[in-house]
Amino acid sequence: MKKEKSVLIMDNKTVARSLIRIAHEILERNRGAKNMAIIGIKTRGAYLAERIAKILESIEKVKLPVGLMDINLYRDDVQSKKEQPVIQKTEINFDVVEKIIILVDDVLFTGRTIRAALDQIIDFGRPKSIQLAVLVDRGHRELPIRADYIGKNIPTSSDELVKVKIKEMNGEDSVSVVQNKSKQKRSAKP
Amino acid sequence: MPVTKLKSKDLLGLEGMSKQEIDFILDTAVSFKEILERPIRKVPTLRGVTVVNLFYEPSTRTRISFELAEKRLSADLVSFSANTSSVQKGETLKDTVKNIEAMKIDMVVIRHSASGAPHFVASCLDSSVVNAGDGAHEHPTQALLDLFTLREKYKDLKGLRILIVGDILHSRVARSNIWGFFAMGAEVAVCGPSTLMPYEMEKMGVEVFFDLDKALEGRDVVMVLRIQLERQQGGLLPSLREYANLFGITRERLKRLNKNFTIMHPGPINRGVEITPEVADGPYSVILDQVTNGVAVRMAILYLLSGGEEKVE
Repeated sequence: MKKEKSVLIMDNKTVARSLIRIAHEILERNRGAKNMAIIGIKTRGAYLAERIAKILESIEKVKLPVGLMDINLYRDDVQSKKEQPVIQKTEINFDVVEKIIILVDDVLFTGRTIRAALDQIIDFGRPKSIQLAVLVDRGHRELPIRADYIGKNIPTSSDELVKVKIKEMNGEDSVSVVQNKSKQKRSAKP
Repeated sequence: MPVTKLKSKDLLGLEGMSKQEIDFILDTAVSFKEILERPIRKVPTLRGVTVVNLFYEPSTRTRISFELAEKRLSADLVSFSANTSSVQKGETLKDTVKNIEAMKIDMVVIRHSASGAPHFVASCLDSSVVNAGDGAHEHPTQALLDLFTLREKYKDLKGLRILIVGDILHSRVARSNIWGFFAMGAEVAVCGPSTLMPYEMEKMGVEVFFDLDKALEGRDVVMVLRIQLERQQGGLLPSLREYANLFGITRERLKRLNKNFTIMHPGPINRGVEITPEVADGPYSVILDQVTNGVAVRMAILYLLSGGEEKVE
């Protein structure tokens, strides 16, 4: 195995603080959590969505609907991939019509995942608005998409990888940038 | 290693398919079933993929189910019936499919009265081929939706005691299901008149009964097959009434089954022949769930077979 150079950018504490700040920004901008619902993009975004929802609920003392979404069926590269991505379940058990939807993902990169997510949400109904919260914005957009709430901006070069670990999956929260010399395919997302 | 793709470009049968591969298809179908509950029951996944449905034999359920699955995935589809086509002018199967493929298509769904026709078509074409029933051989998507329906109810099929009743000889559904049930670790028996029982059954490892009441004892699942009226001209049955008396599933006979039993039927039903209406419509009957699940399972199969080819860089 080739040795990778890895730089730690965020750890347990900084991730937790970022999520709390994002929650406050969401409440500030929307003047509360009225009529709000959270949707996380599988897999890591779903866990982050649940955590942001918990923080919002503890501040506002309300219960917010939380949904999870698998965007693979809305990808723009299904036909060109060698292997079909494994499809997980989408669970949006509430009506999105006229709601303020906070869409949550871990890393904002090309914007293609978000494009797929927006199309999928709109197939469920017409929300009042959709706002995007991400833990990391690493740049290199290929579509005109931006985040409303950002945990951390990390300028990267295109041959670097951003690795996100999440307590629920990996036992710890961390964000690190990995130097990747062998020109690997960019992250597994569209 | 978990299965993340299908082994073959085609789905021709369940014979030889592993439990892992079947579970992978069924897990994918669970995700697709959710789409059918959405306000807009459609996803853009197969945009630009063209599917041809070649039906050389009549079909309602399977054909509509495939067409809906294709539409729900945004594929373009063309449906073909043998009796309104150049097959009437004597065009061979190979020429027909070669010509259709020349019009740039991606997948073929085929039903044919000859066993092995889909396999032959698959060997002629680069496109993916899905067997929608071939002669008395296999009907893999039906078996997969049956497995899906039972998995929804029982979670695990291991050790489940299953009985297939009726015309086993002409039944492709029975054959595919037997392979599928064995792969999932279930115990399978068959029951029917001796004239409608193929002799290789015991070789497949299936217990054979000719007395329905004995066969029903202690079963969890009864899969009732249709008496294929169109194939009964050869004098294999004295009369339908006699068949109904000896092999018809009635409420009285259900007492012999285990608690929490399930009645299945692949359709179309001959009410009052192989099954009484009260049993077909009873709370233990999953006949309509089978139909609902058929769309989700077929969506999963079309999706999994539609993967692009490896790009050489």
